[in-house]
Amino acid sequence: MQPILTFLSPELTDRIIAEGFTLLGETGVYIDSPGMQERLAGLGARVDSGSGRVRLPETLVERCLASAPSSFSLYDITGEETHRFGTGTVYYTPGSAALYITDEAGRRRPSTDDYIAYVTLTDTLENLASQSTAFVPADVPETISDSYRLFLSLLYGRKPVVTGTFSRGSLRIMKALQTAVRGSEAQLKLQPLCIFTCCPNTPLRWTEETIDTLVSCAGSLIPMEIISVPMCGLISPVTLTGTLIQHTAENISGIVMAQAVQPGTPLLYGCCAAVHDMRYSTTSMGSVESMMLSCGSAEIGRKLGLPTQAYITVSDAALPDIQAGVESGMGGMLAALTGISNISGPGMLDYLNSFSLEKLVMDNEICGMGLRARAGIQPRDDFPAAPLMAELFREKHLLLSEHTRAFLRDEHYFPGPVIDRRDTAARERDPALWSARARAEIERRRAAYAAPELPAGLRSRLYDLMSREAAANGLDALPVPLQRDWRHLPD
Amino acid sequence: MELLDRISAALQQGNDAAVLQYTGNAIEAGIPASDILNRGLIAGMDVIGLKFKNQEIFLPDVLLAARAMNAGMGELKPLLMKAGVKAKGKVVLGTVAGDLHDIGKNLVGIMLKGAGYEVIDLGTDVPAERFIDTAVTEDAPVIGMSALLTTTMPSMRDVTALLAGRGLNTRIKTVVGGAPLSARTAAELGADYYAGDAATAVDIVNTILS
Repeated sequence: MQPILTFLSPELTDRIIAEGFTLLGETGVYIDSPGMQERLAGLGARVDSGSGRVRLPETLVERCLASAPSSFSLYDITGEETHRFGTGTVYYTPGSAALYITDEAGRRRPSTDDYIAYVTLTDTLENLASQSTAFVPADVPETISDSYRLFLSLLYGRKPVVTGTFSRGSLRIMKALQTAVRGSEAQLKLQPLCIFTCCPNTPLRWTEETIDTLVSCAGSLIPMEIISVPMCGLISPVTLTGTLIQHTAENISGIVMAQAVQPGTPLLYGCCAAVHDMRYSTTSMGSVESMMLSCGSAEIGRKLGLPTQAYITVSDAALPDIQAGVESGMGGMLAALTGISNISGPGMLDYLNSFSLEKLVMDNEICGMGLRARAGIQPRDDFPAAPLMAELFREKHLLLSEHTRAFLRDEHYFPGPVIDRRDTAARERDPALWSARARAEIERRRAAYAAPELPAGLRSRLYDLMSREAAANGLDALPVPLQRDWRHLPD
Repeated sequence: MELLDRISAALQQGNDAAVLQYTGNAIEAGIPASDILNRGLIAGMDVIGLKFKNQEIFLPDVLLAARAMNAGMGELKPLLMKAGVKAKGKVVLGTVAGDLHDIGKNLVGIMLKGAGYEVIDLGTDVPAERFIDTAVTEDAPVIGMSALLTTTMPSMRDVTALLAGRGLNTRIKTVVGGAPLSARTAAELGADYYAGDAATAVDIVNTILS
């Protein structure tokens, strides 16, 4: 049996959804895009064009929810299927879009080299099914930072990319990069490579910039994760149920817009919940209530028939320390047991402000444990038990038993060196702290990195696209060279 | 695939029946026993040792390989003796007086045999005199002692003290291991070496006898 953790009773789930529908129909949502207002009005929404308030009738909401796919796939840069969302499988993906990185030198703005180190490391982390555009290199103009992150991810990485846009107009070049990888827009629709994050402005508002992204992605059937970002007690109710009602209405309004543009647009029902800590006025995502909101949101998304997402394997800690391990461990495990389809956050610290490679390799182990727990306890060759007990009495151990050898690797998850299970003697010989072990593991993994083999000329085309975009934004030369030999990293 | 490569591959798979068969085939084909040992069996164990250190394989795989090595060695031993090829060395092994736990000790024995050593296993509850008398009689330069209990651990000191008393402690080295021990307690008990696990025990014996 696959374990499933629930925070909401079926009755409460239905009440929250019904109340969300009521909010959308009576209070409505503010949509700062005349084009989208017009589109929704054409589908039966009541629009107050002066205020931008759009009330969505239940029939329209039901129709749009019904057209959103209950499952969809992602494919890596070579075209291999890596994700089947909506099938009960859970996947982990690194956190996105930090402004800083934290390493042994402290917190600083990252560079292109940092980003390449991240992509090549993530390619080797077996428990992370995708990459994300994890942090923002500071050595390129802000106007191209969205597309430049995606460009580097595609240039060096194999895994699909969870990404998004901060700058208006970024999506054009980001679509061009994806299309270059697949060869055509038609092929990109068949084999999605990226997921774009779209967040409403809580409470109950969508900006024109975000709607632009949403419309453009939906028009090309590019998958999106619709992620409401409530802050419990500040801009959403202090009660978890109240926040979930608001969150439901916000998420559904995004789903309605995407499906209104293009029925069948693949979506993840996402959550990036925070609790406003009234002692410090901080937005805690490592709080247990934030995790409960993420899990509850996924239960609602599942009830609506959608694959789900949550920002949950994250920490509020400033450093990758014990607090970071505790918060990410709790979140990563709860998310896996709740069955959240795309679990975001590994690597992320400091209220999503900073990213740490050391934490990323530690989180990779947390994710491995989460995936193991998700697989549950299964009956293997365990009935009847007497023959194995007889073998145990005879041999005094089961190390060489056929039973051990048959099931060891499936039954036991073996974490990497960051999780220290060595004996006392080994620890005395090498008393390295976890952070030193993490750094050594980063080096080992990066040395093992091998760039994916791509069709001839593809990297040059990506490079040309990005170079032209950079030049148009005042950057004459990209900070990364176009290599001839992709088996090796740049010096 | 050459016969010696087949022996190595079968050993790495822990297939003792295949190792036995290929070793027999190699003997029939007139391949010198020392080549079968070094380029077949030991070559396979070297790969196993490396993979274990790199955590590519786990203890059961190592023990199976060691058991396969034993199977091949059984076939090869008469020929090696006839050819004047000596075993890598002898190790006297046992659980100390008062202690009946032997799982760890047995694992060390399997691993040592797999590494090509002759192991004289004295079993459990072994008095200090018997460890030393056997090592002298068999001309074994290494005594390996195991203990699971903190109450029996001091028996190791009886062995190391008796060795020193008889003036044998420069000729015969002691290696100790077991759950309650650490490098520090091993030193306090007068042992020459502490092995935290079976693979380390083999490394230590390799060092002593190199």
